[in-house]
Amino acid sequence: MRAIGIILAGGNSRRMRELSEKRAVCAMPIAGSYRSIDFALSNMEWSHIQKVAVLTQYNSGSLNEHLSSSKWWDFGRKQGGMFLFTPALTNESNSWYRGTADAIAQNLRFLKNSHEPYVVICSGDCVYKMDYNEVLRYHIDKKADITVVVRDMPAEVRVERYGCVQMDADNRIREFEEKPVVAKSNTISCGIYVIRRRQLIELLEKAQEENRYDLVKDIFIRYKDVKRIYGYRMDSYWSNIASVDDYFRTNMDFLKPAVRDYFFRQYPPVNSKVLDLPPVKFNVGVTVHNSLLAAGCIINGTVENSVLFQKVYVGNNCVIRNSIILNDVYIGDNTYIENCIVESRGTLQANAYYKGEDGVKIVIEKNARYTM
Amino acid sequence: MIKKEMIAMLLAGGQGSRLGILTSRTAKPAVCFGGKYRIIDFPLSNCVNSGIDTVGVLTQYRPLKLNTHIGIGIPWDLDKNVGGVTVLPPYEKMEDTEWYTGTANAILQNIDYIEAFNPDYVLILSGDHIYKMDYETMLDFHKEKKADVTIAVMPVPMEEAGRFGIMIADEDRRITDFEEKPEHPRSNLASMGIYIFSWPALKEALLTNAHQSNLDFGKHIIPYCRDRQERLYAYEFNGYWKDVGTLTSYWQANMELIDIVPEFNLYEEYWKIYTRNTTLPPQYFGENSAVERSIIGEGSEIYGQVYNSVIGTGVTIGEGTVVRDSIIMNDTAIGSGGFLEKAIVAEDVRIGDRVRIGEGEEVPNETAPEIYRDGLSVVGERSVVPSDVSIGKNALVSGETAAEDYPDGRLESGRSLQVTSIRHGQTDIGEGR
Repeated sequence: MRAIGIILAGGNSRRMRELSEKRAVCAMPIAGSYRSIDFALSNMEWSHIQKVAVLTQYNSGSLNEHLSSSKWWDFGRKQGGMFLFTPALTNESNSWYRGTADAIAQNLRFLKNSHEPYVVICSGDCVYKMDYNEVLRYHIDKKADITVVVRDMPAEVRVERYGCVQMDADNRIREFEEKPVVAKSNTISCGIYVIRRRQLIELLEKAQEENRYDLVKDIFIRYKDVKRIYGYRMDSYWSNIASVDDYFRTNMDFLKPAVRDYFFRQYPPVNSKVLDLPPVKFNVGVTVHNSLLAAGCIINGTVENSVLFQKVYVGNNCVIRNSIILNDVYIGDNTYIENCIVESRGTLQANAYYKGEDGVKIVIEKNARYTM
Repeated sequence: MIKKEMIAMLLAGGQGSRLGILTSRTAKPAVCFGGKYRIIDFPLSNCVNSGIDTVGVLTQYRPLKLNTHIGIGIPWDLDKNVGGVTVLPPYEKMEDTEWYTGTANAILQNIDYIEAFNPDYVLILSGDHIYKMDYETMLDFHKEKKADVTIAVMPVPMEEAGRFGIMIADEDRRITDFEEKPEHPRSNLASMGIYIFSWPALKEALLTNAHQSNLDFGKHIIPYCRDRQERLYAYEFNGYWKDVGTLTSYWQANMELIDIVPEFNLYEEYWKIYTRNTTLPPQYFGENSAVERSIIGEGSEIYGQVYNSVIGTGVTIGEGTVVRDSIIMNDTAIGSGGFLEKAIVAEDVRIGDRVRIGEGEEVPNETAPEIYRDGLSVVGERSVVPSDVSIGKNALVSGETAAEDYPDGRLESGRSLQVTSIRHGQTDIGEGR
């Protein structure tokens, strides 16, 4: 591959509510066995990008733990590898990352010391599969300066929280607005960009001089009439984890056979850190319908239309409906849960009742856990 | 100079012929166990959990799956700069090239490997038992007794002692005598086939007996050490230890995992069993599925009903199919509307729709009644079973079978159906990948 990768994983989203209290959005558990950054990392791996920088800032500990070894994504290489960049005090800088462009600019050495001609930049909070080589080929074909992966959203989706683009017949981006008040089109940016490395260095250095820090606002949008910015349309599954509702819906999407088949059974697989958990164990009095269960769970009750992450314990006579139970949650006997997201490592007492009445309820319970 | 206090040598070259068709394409240590594991995961995990970071795995019979599974040892953290796991196959020499002709002969042929680590002690393990054991406490015992050889033993019921190699020890646990499968056992301490040798003692014994044909630990090395009045000690182990050498014991050991609180608990945090995780996704249960008293591995899709069974990773069980008291190994796909009882279905099998396995009276198996017994029906690795057939008890199916192999859609109890030629594509039956 003739590109290096940069994954922007520093962000926080207030719309994730309590779920972002202890982790970065990119470390959000997805689909039972994964974290959201696994999708970007696996895409990099299967696109044969061998050198990847992960830029972290907000709650970076949660990501560091997940990225403790690069071997799961096959980045434990002599050539290249995975590099974690968290803001650091240096001779030139004593600030946090002030934006996406600033985050890359503060690690400009990574770009300068590489020799690959192109850079693939993507965010770590999207769920999708993609061969970045195809975007790169398109980028070269179009003689583009910058290529942005875009997607036409269904008419009913409100796109005002994304970057919205308008393209001409040749797919050159003519309008590009970040989080517009009123969107002029339903084509959105997926936050995946291809750009020539030297071009990026040049643009970043200029932006630094002018104290501009945002990649989209201060570079792409500002230069849209000067540089040839092209849109590459993707139409496969793509979901952005930016709010609790997105998060809930994305996980529930995996209950659909087509989504499961696409991510779980079609090559290439999505890789993640391996936790060496035992198989799921089902005891007597169990009912499970239309649900996903990850490794290490022990089930004694009823689970319907739900996603259970790793190491969840469900007690006797429990009923779990239309809910997401994150990693390592212990649920005592006779507890009822509906329309909830139960935060990881929680302990729910016996005989409790949780129901999200209008919308999803987030349950955070830190009771003492007494287990055998 | 490289120095490891103790290294382990894991004997994984045997076929394990009493597992029948399960080991026709795979060495016994690579046979699936407990849903997502393979038998060798247990001794290997015991090694790393006991702080042993240098393991030589001796392979011979059908090693491909074993080699792929072990790789460079990443799942067990045995990818190390010094030591780690090394697969040791037999090799050609200037003179007398030979296979591994016996357990001790295999070690003899790898003296160079052992010497490279300059160990004080060598742990000899076999790859066919399910147990959790801290070899470090065994080593402490070995040192405390200033032993030359320590043999792990397990108390067994006196009436069963005749099936084992029995050690007779004095009050200080020093072994005074031993007998192989004695008619009138003088003790109930059965050898578990786990030995710690002080390396000088083992090396001397191996070299002295080098010309003994089929050089074996139980038959030659241990008797030789006793005759030389070396210090042999019995280390008593009182945990779960299960030989999975026969189909029946293999099936039973799997079934024991699904007890409410199993005697052999895979869910303990402090003694994890590691394995190569090729499948990561969660498992899915359909709208009309049912499940009780079972363990199921990652990535499986269950649309039918599963009771009292052990299901591996990446398995598909179709709508309406009832699986009872069975073992289904990795990546097997079973169609809809079927019925399986006391079936052992190996890896990568395709079973069509409305297939009934384990139906009818129990009749001894025609080809190997001592293997296929106790009402178990077995389907070998990568087999194909067409739709709308019925298979009896103590029956065996292997290969890509087609409807014409089943007269009137039936394979009677006790029959062995083995198709060797490849006649059909493998993709047109079942819901498999």
